[in-house]
Amino acid sequence: MSATGIGAAVRRKEDFRFITGKGQYTDDVVRPGETRAVFVRSPHAHAKIKNIDAGEARKMPGVVAVLTGADLAGDKIGNLICGWMIHSKDGSPMKMAPHPALAADTVNHVGDAVAVVIAETLAAARDAAEKVKVDYEVLPAVVDPAKAKSGPQIHDVAPKNTIYEWSLGDAKAAEAAFAAAKHVTRLDIVNNRLVPNAVEPRAALAEYDAGTDQLTLWNTSQNPHVARLVIAAFVGMAPEHKLRVIAPDVGGGFGSKIFIYPEEVVCLWAARKIRRPVKWASERTEAFVTDAHGRDHVTHAELALDAQGKILALRAKTIANLGAYMSTFSSSVPTYLYATLLSGQYDIPQIYCEVDAVYTNTVPVDAYRGAGRPEATFVVERLVEVAAREMGIEPAELRRRNFIKSFPHQTPVIMAYDAGDYNASLKKAMELADVKGFNKRKREAARHGKIRGLGYSTYIEACGIAPSQAVGSLGCGVGLWESAEVRVNPTGSVEVLTGTHAHGQGHETTFAQLVSERLGIPFENVSIVHGDTDKVQFGMGTYGSRSGAVGMSAIVKALDKIEAKAKKVAAHMLEAAEGDIEFKDGKFTVAGTDKSAAFGDVALNAYIAHKFAGQELEPGLKETSFYDPTNFTFPAGCHICEVEIDAETGKTEIVNWTAVDDFGTVVNPMIVEGQVHGGIAQGVGQALLEGAVYNDDGQLVTGSLMDYTMPRAHDLPSFRVETTETKSPSNPLGIKGCGEAGAIAAPAAVINAITDAIGTENIAMPATANTVWSAMRRSPARQAAE
Amino acid sequence: MYNFTFHRPTTVRQAAGLLARNPEAKLLAGGHSLLPVMKQRLAQPSALIDLSLVEGLSGVELKGRSVVIGAMSRHADVAASPVLAEHLPALASVPGAVGDPQVRNRGTIGGSVANNDPNADYPAAVLGLGATIITNKRRIAADDFFTGMFSTALEEGEIIVRVAFPIAKKAAYEKFKHPASGFALVGVFVSKRGPEIRVAVTGAGANGVFRVKSFEEALKKRFAAKSLEGLSIPATGMNADIHASAEYRAHLVGVLARRAVAKATA
Repeated sequence: MSATGIGAAVRRKEDFRFITGKGQYTDDVVRPGETRAVFVRSPHAHAKIKNIDAGEARKMPGVVAVLTGADLAGDKIGNLICGWMIHSKDGSPMKMAPHPALAADTVNHVGDAVAVVIAETLAAARDAAEKVKVDYEVLPAVVDPAKAKSGPQIHDVAPKNTIYEWSLGDAKAAEAAFAAAKHVTRLDIVNNRLVPNAVEPRAALAEYDAGTDQLTLWNTSQNPHVARLVIAAFVGMAPEHKLRVIAPDVGGGFGSKIFIYPEEVVCLWAARKIRRPVKWASERTEAFVTDAHGRDHVTHAELALDAQGKILALRAKTIANLGAYMSTFSSSVPTYLYATLLSGQYDIPQIYCEVDAVYTNTVPVDAYRGAGRPEATFVVERLVEVAAREMGIEPAELRRRNFIKSFPHQTPVIMAYDAGDYNASLKKAMELADVKGFNKRKREAARHGKIRGLGYSTYIEACGIAPSQAVGSLGCGVGLWESAEVRVNPTGSVEVLTGTHAHGQGHETTFAQLVSERLGIPFENVSIVHGDTDKVQFGMGTYGSRSGAVGMSAIVKALDKIEAKAKKVAAHMLEAAEGDIEFKDGKFTVAGTDKSAAFGDVALNAYIAHKFAGQELEPGLKETSFYDPTNFTFPAGCHICEVEIDAETGKTEIVNWTAVDDFGTVVNPMIVEGQVHGGIAQGVGQALLEGAVYNDDGQLVTGSLMDYTMPRAHDLPSFRVETTETKSPSNPLGIKGCGEAGAIAAPAAVINAITDAIGTENIAMPATANTVWSAMRRSPARQAAE
Repeated sequence: MYNFTFHRPTTVRQAAGLLARNPEAKLLAGGHSLLPVMKQRLAQPSALIDLSLVEGLSGVELKGRSVVIGAMSRHADVAASPVLAEHLPALASVPGAVGDPQVRNRGTIGGSVANNDPNADYPAAVLGLGATIITNKRRIAADDFFTGMFSTALEEGEIIVRVAFPIAKKAAYEKFKHPASGFALVGVFVSKRGPEIRVAVTGAGANGVFRVKSFEEALKKRFAAKSLEGLSIPATGMNADIHASAEYRAHLVGVLARRAVAKATA
């Protein structure tokens, strides 16, 4: 391994500009003549728009334009769409309601935009926005997914507010397995709604060039090409070749910046209308009511086991809240990203899952770090833990008895696991967490009024999203391959254009490590280019822990072609047969001779083309590849959480955290560790701190960071993070992906630890001090004592 | 934020004059409660009268058997005061527990006490030590000062200049932080000064900071955590929100009071 190659903990290249304030985010981009947009948003969860009077606002100083939903419809700007078709059990297609970028008739959630004010300055736009008079007829609202079907009708196309009633698996076979079971564990689970809260709020800046009829959009996107495709082909803003989308530095996404949002559509439309650049930048308060939220499932789950604790079947019935409109990939999250993972790490013969997706008068819900897989892991790992406790079997032992041990393994829910060693990660985690010493620590803690608990989460996820044929057969509207273009400059330095996008992941470092190792050139001589549809031909962006497994694989394929072409050039230079050229450590040699040429010399010769005729070998050294993976990847591992609960206050402190993950090949262990840390922090946030709360009127009670608790450093212990390794056979580097693992694994580990401590399984997330205190008061052990 | 006029007087008299002439004006002491609501356009003062250039309003001094703290003393400075470390360390722990470093470096005791946020820390210490609020017009006893949520005995044009805290031999503050905001979900300040015992609670009461007479009575027999065992306060009159029920807040008052007494007597 070289000092900067694969496996080296190279410092992140991009951090210099980030920590010295030199990052260039969307809001930092300033265009001549730029105007500022402020949206007029509904204060009601559900209401008819009777009238909008913008007369006074238009007369305010500095106002350039006030535009409404009626104007948008008048200009025939199309609706936003959901790009993944799901069919109900009865074969009917999902009920996708119209989602205009500005509501014209009805508003369906607090924060739904009804008008936009464009002014010379932000202050002027704000002042004028207050003067837009909207006359609403307030309608009854529904926010709770469990009540959605009987709630007030939201969209005409979706009777009973039901988007689809979908199922996966064999209901009858599962039924038979449950009938034969010796033990059945049943749980009612709420997977709490989360607000993403990336550090950089969303922003959009649109500019129209009347001379070329070209639109340019700078925005906070995880996938600028998909944004361009949707805005061109579905919204109908402009032909694809007349729209350039640039996603510059982006400060975190966690899924929330995958989607195509109303604001960017409105900025483009308005910029062309007023012939001036239009910028919008979200405030934190606005983000709470406009960024797609995550999770929000209500589930009844059951696990059937035989007398020895062998799992026979799993059943789950889930209601998934998709909010007021179907966001870009929302339909796939509670279906193919959720139910397909209900086998966990276990050999489960029968699985049956029903998912009803519903509309409510809340912010749209879509993918959020883990997207469906945290929900699945929480169901499986809570069921397994509770089953073990009910049957009097050690939780680790019950897991061991049910682990899948041979690969490939076909689950009953589509996924074919290709590699893994679940016992290895469990064993290593148990050693590192000193599970043997737990009882001693528990007794010691009890002497100080603290109750200790230990919880496992042996999770699995499907990443490397995704083989295009597979997702196409499941309803996805796009292919999920990735592209790469490797440009070797005449001086031997290299630019790699990738269709993935980095918004914290460190691609500029890890991708350069791959190129440096493969071409034997200095790490510093490699630049990674992403996030601009005019530079990168096409790409599917970054989410689903796909950039390493899919994006880097595309780079590998392009590098293969570079090597092949360079060998031809080297053969001419070294006057040898192409078949005799060998390439190693940045040097081309002729087998059996001492003749050699450095990579840089070959690059130069490729461009000057003096040594060969252009007719027989094309000059230049630039190659492109589109890589489509052969399977998902299956990162898996074991997280063990140890908590200490204050017996008097119910406050939970995480005292130990051990994570042993199998991510396949690790390109940069420092970056991977950082990803694991961040993921655990988000998972702990969900388990202990975070939860979006709507009141019955549809007002978001947790509408700011004063009420919505984001995890802070002091809420977390120092993590013990280690890896085991089985290579993914589905991509050339053996990478599985690491971005979501922590968020997927953590909630179940925390809740399993808390319930272990307090002896009752009935506890909701977030398990705040008040929640735990109340649960302790309800616990059977306590009631017996009283 | 809406437009406003910004004044920077250099004397209390000038500040009071400005306040008298601008009935819609607000004093700017630290700004960490006021500025966020102005930014959200939820408050629209016609003018801000910044007290930061007024001389003689900050510092912690020992005066006889009291510690006197200037109204514009920043939380961080009070928390680090050597005078308090020597004579009344329990009081130093109160501003030390406020918010985050940014808030502690801007927020002031005068601002906090005048605002009387029902979840703020300082009111518990002021009431829990029986302090005296000294304004440009008079001296007000703590027991008469806090008159309800965000409401005080301050009259129009009245400016807090100092707060005088009698030195208590035994005192401590215990705080259970609101997980999101860092304010006190419940905070309890206890003190014993000669025969006078005080238990003051912030965060819990629907009407702001209050004293728990039943706890004080129990502690008069013996100032020890054991004296409070089995005692609780009723949930009626407690705040209830998504973060904590009234029952839980009432329960925490008991727990924190015992812990505070234990800390004070350690």
